[in-house]
Amino acid sequence: MTAPATPPSTPRRQLLAAGAGLVAWAVVRPVTAAPTELAAAIDAFAGGAPVRQGKVTLDVAALVDNGNNVPVTVSVESPMTPAEHVTAIALFNERNPDRDVARFQLTPRCGRASVSTGIRLATSQKLVAVARMSDGTFWSKTVDVVVVLAACIEGEG
Amino acid sequence: MARALIKVPATARRGEVIEIRTLIGHPMETGHRADSDGRKVPRDIIRRFACRYNGETVFSAELFPAIAANPYIAFFTTAVDSGTLAFSWEGDNGFAHAETVAITVT
Repeated sequence: MTAPATPPSTPRRQLLAAGAGLVAWAVVRPVTAAPTELAAAIDAFAGGAPVRQGKVTLDVAALVDNGNNVPVTVSVESPMTPAEHVTAIALFNERNPDRDVARFQLTPRCGRASVSTGIRLATSQKLVAVARMSDGTFWSKTVDVVVVLAACIEGEG
Repeated sequence: MARALIKVPATARRGEVIEIRTLIGHPMETGHRADSDGRKVPRDIIRRFACRYNGETVFSAELFPAIAANPYIAFFTTAVDSGTLAFSWEGDNGFAHAETVAITVT
């Protein structure tokens, strides 16, 4: 049982502390949200399985002039035999409105685990390619991309 | 009607790994943009792509709004038999497009 000497100050302090916390949360959230969402998207694709670095090559220009169409090639080291092949390749981004970019389903009939496409990048960010192998393991490659002219997202937010 | 460009070698040796390149005309409207009046433009994208080689699906893809307009997809397949490669694209607002290309395997 506490009897504060100055009763009005306690709720005021709590209110101030709560307000400061709220401001801190509002300031920090946009910075931390994107990497957390990226990790969550990768985790959902891997079904919680560990995702290791390696085996995957992600070819994309480190400095992108135009974010509206960025050529990307993902290649994975694999013999692509019925016994040992890549079953899927997923591409994720860090700071576009959606974390997903594309998912490709491969078969041993592909012969080579390499896929190319053109993507949009809203701003400078990380790109992550994740490959799922026929033995159930997941491998990834992360690349940092600097975007000069962003893809059109005016009106967003 | 959408226009699609597909590059497949006309002939290949059995067992050869060949590259297939596809491009289809489509705006891939993200659903995140606003028009000049500030109204959100509804999403209109291609969501699925598949390639079947003599009926067997050898490669398929799920696309999201981060894929650039006029989606380009290139991949590889092993030439096994002469026949047809069938390509299909499906998306929002009932979008569907299909193409077939003949290949001769020697």
